[in-house]
Amino acid sequence: MKLTDFSKDINEWLSGSGPMSDIVISSRIRLARNLAGHSFVSRCSVEEKTEILSQLKETLMSIDLGDKLIYVSVDETSDLSRDFLVERHLISRHHAMGKGPRGAVIACREFFTGMINEEDHLRIQVLKPGCQLSECAKLINRIDDEIESKVEYAFCSQYGYLTACPTNLGSGIRTSVMLHLPALKMTGHIDKFLAAAKDLNLAVRGLFGEGTEAVSDLYQVSNQVTLGVSEASIIDDFEKRVIPEIVDYEISARKTLLGDQVNTLDDKISRAMALLQNAHLISSQEALFLLSHLRLGINMQKYLGASTPAIDKLTALFKIEAPEDRDVSITKINRLFMLTLPAHLQINHGKSLDPSNRDALRAKIIRSALGQN
Amino acid sequence: MQCQICSKKTATIHLTEITNGVRTEFHFCEQCAVQQGIAAKSQISVNELLGNLLASQPTDDELTGLTESETTCPQCGFQLSQFRKEGVLGCPNDYVLFEKALLPLIEQAHNGKTRHCGKVPARVPQDVKNQIARANLKEQLKSAVKLEDYERAAQLRDKLKQMATGKKPSVS
Repeated sequence: MKLTDFSKDINEWLSGSGPMSDIVISSRIRLARNLAGHSFVSRCSVEEKTEILSQLKETLMSIDLGDKLIYVSVDETSDLSRDFLVERHLISRHHAMGKGPRGAVIACREFFTGMINEEDHLRIQVLKPGCQLSECAKLINRIDDEIESKVEYAFCSQYGYLTACPTNLGSGIRTSVMLHLPALKMTGHIDKFLAAAKDLNLAVRGLFGEGTEAVSDLYQVSNQVTLGVSEASIIDDFEKRVIPEIVDYEISARKTLLGDQVNTLDDKISRAMALLQNAHLISSQEALFLLSHLRLGINMQKYLGASTPAIDKLTALFKIEAPEDRDVSITKINRLFMLTLPAHLQINHGKSLDPSNRDALRAKIIRSALGQN
Repeated sequence: MQCQICSKKTATIHLTEITNGVRTEFHFCEQCAVQQGIAAKSQISVNELLGNLLASQPTDDELTGLTESETTCPQCGFQLSQFRKEGVLGCPNDYVLFEKALLPLIEQAHNGKTRHCGKVPARVPQDVKNQIARANLKEQLKSAVKLEDYERAAQLRDKLKQMATGKKPSVS
């Protein structure tokens, strides 16, 4: 299996399915682990990194996940392939930009990745669509147990799993959900959400994680505290408190838009439709931003029964007649989200493109998907 | 809004007084507020602010302990000054070697927590597992109380008591 086999479609976590998927796009859990008896990655020699890579690659490739596993040698692959893996959330930007021998073991359905020699020797992640943190936790725990039966992790009773950065100490768990919060942005309540998240010791990042701005109204919310709190308690808190509160907040903002701010809503959706149907040059950031408004319109029709002049035009544009057509439309928008990202565009085009040619190709793909020439 | 005293300048200082349950609002310009002794100085220079902040911070030596800042890890050759640049440690042994310097940082990063409670590798000795299991129960108890799940809190408290007395917890 080659990377180009992935590139023509979206991955499972962006399929638009799963519980609360109108707002919770995906759930992800990652664990940071290091091998006992070795220095952390930044102090390892090339030989030591090669030894760790070989040991962990063999261990990960032998796990039975009910799916085919592929190995990508991250240091030997092209810059474009690395960017492609980052866009699909299969490796982190840190891993893509790292140095020395490093790799990734990826499940073909893309719900699992094991990054070897990232900031820590091993970072495993499980990704699922919608709100499915408990399911992610169950699977990642099983994978972790299986790995641990074959290698010895660096662990101490006081600090738990020892990680290169003290901020990951303890359970080494990062639980995150990707949320689509366009109504909070439109109604001017996003700052309140950000402040509340900070008070709850949660980190809020953009679409591509650490150091990225929130584009397309997509926010990744994750736990920051990993020491002195059990994995179960973090997940419980997310599922029973954090996610329902944010989802309720977004739904109430959507209702506000349908009440006394309907002109704001219709203006955003209409402008997004007009630009996406007619633009001949469109940047990745602008496309994500505008597609977000189409996604909002369709989900408001689906979940809130919304009917406004702009939403009605939108449903006509996507030829939504039966309820299942709405899911098809969301998948279509999600596909545009991913397939128009810079590395995806270039891999599917078969060669690298400069930014202005990318913008032209992106605009053409979107126009064509929306039935324009 | 105009200043209530000079009636010329824009009011930028707004004061609310509540005396015996009666609320009174005053609106002054900066100059008149100073004359009234309300706003002695409304602007602090950036340098003054930074100077005050730095003065309240511990120095590097105070922060790390002079001996630790000069120490080199015999296993990985790591020094604390590298942590300030790179943000990562060199090897697991650094947590022991530089504990004094790292502990405040760990405490700050983890909301005051300094002891692991959660998953334990299968190969860890049983007494360590028990110790972490106790910490885990205590943490779950706190969480149950926070979520006002008192039934679960009572069960967890009983389990903790059983662990302390060495009795095998009953299956629930």
